[in-house]
Amino acid sequence: MKELVVISGKGGTGKTSIVAAFASLAKSAVLVDCDVDAADLHIILQPDVEHREEFSGGKLASIRQNDCTSCGKCFELCRYNAIEKSTSPDGKRTIYEIDRIGCEGCGVCAWFCPEKAIDFKESINGEWFISNTRFGKLVHARLGIAEENSGKLVSLVRTAARKVAADNGNELIIIDGSPGIGCPVIASISGAQYVLIVTEPTLSAIHDMERVIQLTKHFNIPTGVCINKWDLNQEISNDIEKNPDIKILGKTSYNTVFTKAQIMRQTVIEYSDNAVADELKSLWENVLYEIG
Amino acid sequence: MKIAIASGKGGTGKTTIALNLASVLASSAIRTTYVDCDVEEPNGHIFLNPEIEKSKNVAIPVPLIDFTKCTLCGKCSEICEFNAIAVTPKTVVVFKDMCHGCGGCFHVCPVNAISEIDNIIGIIEIGKSGDINFMQGKLDIGKAFSPPIIRELKRNIPSDDVTILDSPPGTSCPVIEAISDSDYIILITEPTPFGVNDLKLSVEMVRQLEIPFGILINRSDIGDDEVIRYCKKEQLDIILQIPDDREIAVAYSHGKLAVDEIPKYIDDFKNLFEKIHKAVQD
Repeated sequence: MKELVVISGKGGTGKTSIVAAFASLAKSAVLVDCDVDAADLHIILQPDVEHREEFSGGKLASIRQNDCTSCGKCFELCRYNAIEKSTSPDGKRTIYEIDRIGCEGCGVCAWFCPEKAIDFKESINGEWFISNTRFGKLVHARLGIAEENSGKLVSLVRTAARKVAADNGNELIIIDGSPGIGCPVIASISGAQYVLIVTEPTLSAIHDMERVIQLTKHFNIPTGVCINKWDLNQEISNDIEKNPDIKILGKTSYNTVFTKAQIMRQTVIEYSDNAVADELKSLWENVLYEIG
Repeated sequence: MKIAIASGKGGTGKTTIALNLASVLASSAIRTTYVDCDVEEPNGHIFLNPEIEKSKNVAIPVPLIDFTKCTLCGKCSEICEFNAIAVTPKTVVVFKDMCHGCGGCFHVCPVNAISEIDNIIGIIEIGKSGDINFMQGKLDIGKAFSPPIIRELKRNIPSDDVTILDSPPGTSCPVIEAISDSDYIILITEPTPFGVNDLKLSVEMVRQLEIPFGILINRSDIGDDEVIRYCKKEQLDIILQIPDDREIAVAYSHGKLAVDEIPKYIDDFKNLFEKIHKAVQD
């Protein structure tokens, strides 16, 4: 069983559209959406949820005001400025409260509170699903708004996908990753067999691709590149192709079918059999060859 | 005044809007600072070519064990919520890239065997590009946590300037860190199913923060009218619509700003600022 992860560094280069096209082309794959804080793959794949589970990314502190003696120990120890200090309406007492959004979930305040007046409990901050789609199984998730620990949710989703693949005899897992190079991206690629980077011929996208290539090198994962919208700036596309450190697996055109297919909730392959579909098919063949 | 530019979906044009707005403000003799808070993939510098005057490493304090004092009692591992410290029968292992720097182990150690050393995770840089004050953060490759770098950037923002905060994409912790104490948030979207889905998540996020915000629809003519219907239903303020203009895309691909290449957009950004200024004063 092999995992192919599609990432980009820069957002909006076409990861999800390309993963959806791959879903159309793959014969037997489990699909995974690891962009857990802005997941979009389900919009095209229209999943029927078969299994749902809650996710707890960590714990949150909260101060029981009746037991708090306003000693200020928590305020002094919190390194995330997540303890808010105010004065009671009658002006007699200092009130300490936890800022839920600022709280990192380290539990230091609760541990050291001399009155044991701080609760520190698991908080539910997301959910994940195994679903059926017209292309097979999809494992996806939804991180609560403003929540932490997307990396943990990504790891959980990947573990679930491997189990689904093992149970169903799927040999390939196709993972739609998130933008950036931080915690969710690291969790998406670590231990995977192959990374496809989707870039576009803009200076920003190249800059971001180079950082993400450094990341895949850091984790020792074989990596190929697709230049999407390659004809937006042919000069820059040529420069990318000339770079000996970059393995180009395909080029796809700047074409309105990407948006039109999305509006119809279809993959580009389902929507059209024009030149772009051919470019995507050739990209897919090259990716399969690389994965081996 | 701090104006944050955010978007659930990536690639909708945050950096384009942030830089064009900053450029128009600076050329109207308003003191302007552009802050690139997308520290995983900062792009603003490509367009501004700033001269960096100051830079500073950003580090997380991680534990260092003094084995001459350590009794292997295991308290440090017990308090750590991030699995960053493990105590075996023979030794203590620190996984420094898992450490959030909370200081729990340092405080809890009964024999003072833990001190803290810096684990550098990135850098912040401060400089100038023409009339625009420039700031950016950069996360080192392989490091997972960007919020401390964003926090450090925000500590260094000059207080009198109009500050434009260019946020990372998404709705999770780095975004919150970037936008949470701004005076106004511009949410950028595009009129596609992905754009609308991610806009809904962004609106939910911004409402939790209770900060005034408006919607900017970029490439407003590429998709369908679902985003307009959604904004009407939720009574959201659409502050600007920018059509899909290949000239903007090409300027962007070369690292050039739309307002420099295509002057007709200057007034759009001036009006945008007027609207925001008024919304903040109300």
